[in-house]
Amino acid sequence: MEKYLYVVLFAPLVGSLFSLLFTAKKKNVITALVTSGLLLISFVSSLTLMFAVHDGLTLHVKMMGWISAGNLTLPYGFIVDNVSVVMMVTVTLVSSVVNVYSMGYMMHDKGYNRFFTYISAFVFSMLILVMSDNFVGLFIGWEGVGLCSYLLIGFWYEKESASWAGNEAFIMNRVADLGMLMGLFLIYWQFGTFEYDKVFAHVGAVNVGVVTTIGLLLFVGAMGKSAQFPFHTWLADAMEGPTPVSALIHAATMVTAGVYLVIRASDLFSLVPEVGHIIATLGAFVAVFAASMALVNRDLKRIIAYSTLSQLGYMFVAAGLGAYWIALFHLMTHAFFKSLLFLGAGNVMHAMDDELDIKKMGGLFGAMPYTAILMAVGSVALCGVYPFAGFFSKDMILAAAFNGGNFYIWFALFIGAGMTAFYSFRLIMLVFFGDKVYKKLGFHPHETYPFVLWALLPLGILSTIAGFFEHPFEEFVTKILDKYEFTMSHSTEVGLIFLTSAFVIIVIVATIYKYAKGGFSKQLETMPLYILLKNQYYIPKLYEVAIIKPYYVLSKFAWKQIDVRIIDFTVDLIAKVLYKSGQESRKMQSGNLSDMLRWMVVGIVVLLALAIFYRPVM
Amino acid sequence: MITLTHYLILSGILFSLGIVGVLRRKNLLMLFFSTEILLNAVNIGFAAVSKYYGDLSGQIFSFFIIAIAASEVAVGLGLLVLWYKRSGTIDLDSLQMMKG
Repeated sequence: MEKYLYVVLFAPLVGSLFSLLFTAKKKNVITALVTSGLLLISFVSSLTLMFAVHDGLTLHVKMMGWISAGNLTLPYGFIVDNVSVVMMVTVTLVSSVVNVYSMGYMMHDKGYNRFFTYISAFVFSMLILVMSDNFVGLFIGWEGVGLCSYLLIGFWYEKESASWAGNEAFIMNRVADLGMLMGLFLIYWQFGTFEYDKVFAHVGAVNVGVVTTIGLLLFVGAMGKSAQFPFHTWLADAMEGPTPVSALIHAATMVTAGVYLVIRASDLFSLVPEVGHIIATLGAFVAVFAASMALVNRDLKRIIAYSTLSQLGYMFVAAGLGAYWIALFHLMTHAFFKSLLFLGAGNVMHAMDDELDIKKMGGLFGAMPYTAILMAVGSVALCGVYPFAGFFSKDMILAAAFNGGNFYIWFALFIGAGMTAFYSFRLIMLVFFGDKVYKKLGFHPHETYPFVLWALLPLGILSTIAGFFEHPFEEFVTKILDKYEFTMSHSTEVGLIFLTSAFVIIVIVATIYKYAKGGFSKQLETMPLYILLKNQYYIPKLYEVAIIKPYYVLSKFAWKQIDVRIIDFTVDLIAKVLYKSGQESRKMQSGNLSDMLRWMVVGIVVLLALAIFYRPVM
Repeated sequence: MITLTHYLILSGILFSLGIVGVLRRKNLLMLFFSTEILLNAVNIGFAAVSKYYGDLSGQIFSFFIIAIAASEVAVGLGLLVLWYKRSGTIDLDSLQMMKG
C-alpha cells in the first residue's frame, strides 16, 4: 500500500516538473494531457487508499530523515488515515476535474504550459499539507500552496490589478502565518517535537493556558489561509486569477486548509473549548458578514467568492463547536458544489468574453443550457435544498449550533442560510433568465466545448448525491475524530430541519418570483445600507488608509533616510576609502630606485619598531 | 677603557651614515660605498658582541659578510661599468625604464 501513497504524492510533482520544461515554449497540449493523466492516477490511487483505510489500514511512513539538529529529529513522515485520506480524495478529484476543464478554458492563453505547471505544483503542495505527519511538514505545504496561490492569482501578471491581488494575498497570508509560526514554536518549546501523535499524546499534561495560546496562534494562521475576518479581503481580490484557479484553490482546497488544520489538531482544540467558542463565533460572524456582501455585488466571481467565505465560516462553526466530522463533511461537499459553481461561472465568462457584471447578462439559458443546469445544481446544493449535498452538511452544522445551546450562533447561521439562498438565485436569475441584456451590448455567447461539460459532470453528480454518504462518512472519520453527540430530541432536530428548509425554499421562491418580475427598483441602490454593503463595509478602504498608506510612508522614510543615508552611505564610504587609498598608494610605485630605497628604509624602521615595541602574548 | 657600548655606538653611527648615504646619494658609485659602510657597521657589531660573549660564531659570520660584500661589489661594479658604457651616466634617476 505504501507505493500508492508515493504515487498519490509524487505524480503531481512529476507532472509539474514535466510541464515546467515547456514553460518557455509555445502552447503544447502534451503538458495538459500529461498533467491531467498524472492527476487522474493520483486520484485513483487516493481512492484505492481510501478503500484500504476503510478496511482498517492506517499508513504511517517515514520516507527518510529530514532535519536532525540538536534535540530535534524530524523525518519526512507521511500519514494516511481516515481524515487525511478524505482530503486527498477531495483534492485530487477536484484538481483532476479542474485540470481537464482548464484544457478548454485556457485553450487560447499564451501561458498555457505555465498554467499546468502551477496547478500540479499546487496539488503537490496541498498533498504535502494534508499528508504530513508533523506540523513542520504541514507548514511547508502551507507555504507551498500559498506560493502557488500567489503565482496563479498573478497569473496574468501584466495586468496591474492581478499582480496587486497576488501580492495582497501573499502578504496577508504572511501576516497570519506569523501567528502560525509562533504557535509552532510554542509547540516545540512545550513538547520538544512536531509530530502529531507525540504532541497530541502529551497535550493533556500541559498547562491549559499554554494550550489555549497554541490554539489561538494556530487559529490565527488558519484565519489567514481560510480568509476569515479580518484577513478576508484577499479572497475577493484573488478572483483576478483564472477561473479554474478560483475553483480549485480559492474555493475547494487551499482555503479549506485552515479548517483542516483545526480538524487535524482537534485533540488540541477539544481541550480548550473557549478557543473553540471563539472560532465558532468568528465563523458565524463571517458566515453572515460575507453573505451580506454577496447580496449586492454585481461581479459574478466575487459573489461566489463571498459565498465561499461564508461557507468557510460555517465550517469553522462546526469545527469550533467540536463537531469535527461535520466540518470535514461540509468541507468535502462544499468542495464539490463550489468548484462546480466556479467552473460554471468560468463557462459564462468565456461565453461573455470575460465580462463579469451579472447585470449585463440575463437570459443566457437559451445559449448555454447545460452550464445553466450545472450551475443551478451547484446553487441548490449550496443553499441546502433536499436532496442535494448542502442540505445534509449544512443542516448538520445548524443542528450542532442549536444543540450546543449557542442560539445566537444558530440564528446567525439561519440568517446566513437565507442570504445564501437569496444571492445564489439572484445570480442564477440575473445570469440565465430575464431580459437578454447581452444582446444589446453585442455579445454572442455560446456553450463551451463538450469535453469541458463532461468534465463538470462528476462534480454535478457528487453535488447531488454526496449528502447520502452522511452516515458512512460519519462512521469512517469518527474512527479517529471525536464523535459528536446530539443531545436534543429527535423531534427538535426534525423541526429544525423543516424550519431551515422551509425558510430557504421560501427565500428561493421569493427571489425567483421577484427577479422574474423584473427585480428590485433602482431606488434601493441609493439606500445607505446598500452603499455600505457595496463598498464591502469600507474595510478595504480602511485597510488602505489605516495600514497601507502609513506603511508606505514608513517604508519611504526607511528607504530615503535610513537606507540611502546610512546604509548605502556606509557601504559607499568603504568603497571610497579603498579606492582613494589605492589611488594614493599607487604613487609609491614611481619606478625610481631612490624612492624605492626610501620606502625600504621606512619598512625597516617600521619592522624594527614592531620588533622592539610589540610583544605578542605567548 | 673601551667597552662593548663604545663599539655598538660606533656601529650605530656608521650604520646611520650608511642609511643617510643610501637615502641621499644619487650617484650609483656612492650608493655602493654607502652599502659597504652599512655592511661593515654590522660587521663591527657582530665582532664586538662575539668578543663580549666569548662566542666565535659572530666573528665567523662577519667573515661571511665580508666575502658576500666583496662578491656583490664585483658583480655590482661590473654592471655599473656596463651601464655607464651604455648610457654615459651613473645617476640613479636615469635608471627608470620600468616606470608604471
